Amino acid sequence: MAADLAVKEQVSTEARAGGRIRRTGALTPYLFVLPYFVVFATFVLAPAVYGLWISLHDWDYLLPGKPFVGLDNYRALFDSSSAVFDFFWESMSATGIFTVLSVPLLLTVPLAIALMLNRSFKGRTFFRAVYFAPYVLGVAVIGVLWRFLLDPNLGVVNAILPGAAPWTTALPWAWITLVGVTVWWTLGFNAVIYLAGLQDIPKELYEAARIDGGGKWAEFRHVTLPGLRPVLLFVTVNTILVSANMFGQSYLITQGAPGTETRTAIMYIAQVGLADYKMGSAAAMSYLLTVGLLLISAVVFRLFREKDA
Amino acid sequence: MRRVKPIAWYTVLIGLSLVFIAPLVWMLLTAFKTPGEATRVPPTVFPQEPTTSAFSTLMGNDQTPVLRWFLNSVLAATGQALLVLAVASMAAYALARLEFRFKRLIFGMIIATLFIPSFVLIIPNFLIVDRFGMLDTLWALIIPGAAGAFGVFFLRQFFLSLPRELEEAAVLEGANSWQIFTRVVLPLSKPALATLAVISFLTNWNDFIWPIYVLFSPDQFTLPPGLAILQGAYTINYPVIMAGALIASIPVLLLFVVAQRYVIEGVSRSGLKG
Repeated sequence: MAADLAVKEQVSTEARAGGRIRRTGALTPYLFVLPYFVVFATFVLAPAVYGLWISLHDWDYLLPGKPFVGLDNYRALFDSSSAVFDFFWESMSATGIFTVLSVPLLLTVPLAIALMLNRSFKGRTFFRAVYFAPYVLGVAVIGVLWRFLLDPNLGVVNAILPGAAPWTTALPWAWITLVGVTVWWTLGFNAVIYLAGLQDIPKELYEAARIDGGGKWAEFRHVTLPGLRPVLLFVTVNTILVSANMFGQSYLITQGAPGTETRTAIMYIAQVGLADYKMGSAAAMSYLLTVGLLLISAVVFRLFREKDA
Repeated sequence: MRRVKPIAWYTVLIGLSLVFIAPLVWMLLTAFKTPGEATRVPPTVFPQEPTTSAFSTLMGNDQTPVLRWFLNSVLAATGQALLVLAVASMAAYALARLEFRFKRLIFGMIIATLFIPSFVLIIPNFLIVDRFGMLDTLWALIIPGAAGAFGVFFLRQFFLSLPRELEEAAVLEGANSWQIFTRVVLPLSKPALATLAVISFLTNWNDFIWPIYVLFSPDQFTLPPGLAILQGAYTINYPVIMAGALIASIPVLLLFVVAQRYVIEGVSRSGLKG
């Protein structure tokens, strides 16, 4: 009995000791992850949930009371008699118009440039850098710069072009400006991603296509496009998300003009939440927009998968 | 690959280059013109009476302390790049090389948040930053941005591609995880760390929407919200606004010239993660 106990005691001590060793060893990975995880939990996980909570309240930053209102903030977005209805949907359609106009250009023009840069010629790296250069600058720089260049009365663009256009103050010019400047600014980003994808396509596939003798277009359709598929999926989803996030260009170049027609959803949400401090309503808008974007992304994923089959 | 007629080919390439470079050159030239000359019709390309008065106007105004903005931008972008390097490399090492219970869960959560658009976080983060007393301070520009997932993904991918032999040799010599990380893995990862540092710096330097809402006093501003102030204050005094834009552009353009390889590498990788 006593011996028995002694053995048990010994076993359990060993187990504990072993356990402790394993546990101290096992603590190390958590210590490595901890610093990042604290920042991540505080500024990504927590706000993602906190935002939902805010959206369920009449949350005015400047007022002490923040009464719970359930889904009222969401309901107001679908109630045409509410104070936010018209402005919100006007801003959503501004974002929609911008996205629909800019995404096709941002998918095709950079692809053409990437195909150009994928040839071998002297100065390739130099030209790639030149086409990418505007992207290195922030939206604040390109915003104030193009506001100046396209100033309807004083800008150099109207001084050079034969017919003067109200680039920043009237439709449809304001949209042409916002889309054009965005394409000019961000085209290099997508082009560099495409170029990396093109360089991953095995050369043998092109040689095989050449032997089959289908011509350049067949080569593009049957080798280049299929080879780029994963990259195309990323570029498509990413470009849609970035376009739907549009803020700085409208804020600085058109300032929402003519009236509030080019005020995007993000601009309106930021104004309601962070300038007027009606955070509950603004949070509800941002979640509604997020759901819309998730649905659109899901559709894009589905489209790419169907092409797969 | 295929041969093209050099003259036609380079004409196209150079023509296209002008589209991207001419607006930037115009910014540079305008910063040295008088307000009158900047908007003259027909326009002059080179300043007729080159002047630095735009810069002295800018620096002489207490409401637009542009040198202070410049310093703040440098501090915020450098601070965030260093913070990202530290926290992302440690987390990425654990996720790439160490075994632990919640590894999949943690990695899964980081992936899932990639689908959260950043604007959803702005309003709650404003309140969180406010609770920490960081509103209207540079900390608001340094810390929250370090939560981004790109650094962790990017470095994890890089660490996974490293040969394990060196780490195994270090284990045989009795090194612990921390020693392996700091003495073997990090030194092997200098190009990846440089890429991440450059990308973080550029992203932070150019950030616009967040600083315009969490900073209030002119002394706390970085250059992007500062440019919005300049546009409002100087409206059609374009040389002053272009001088500000030039000050905000030169550091990142220089960084791009020096570290082009890293910038392009970082951008290429962001596409290949998908």
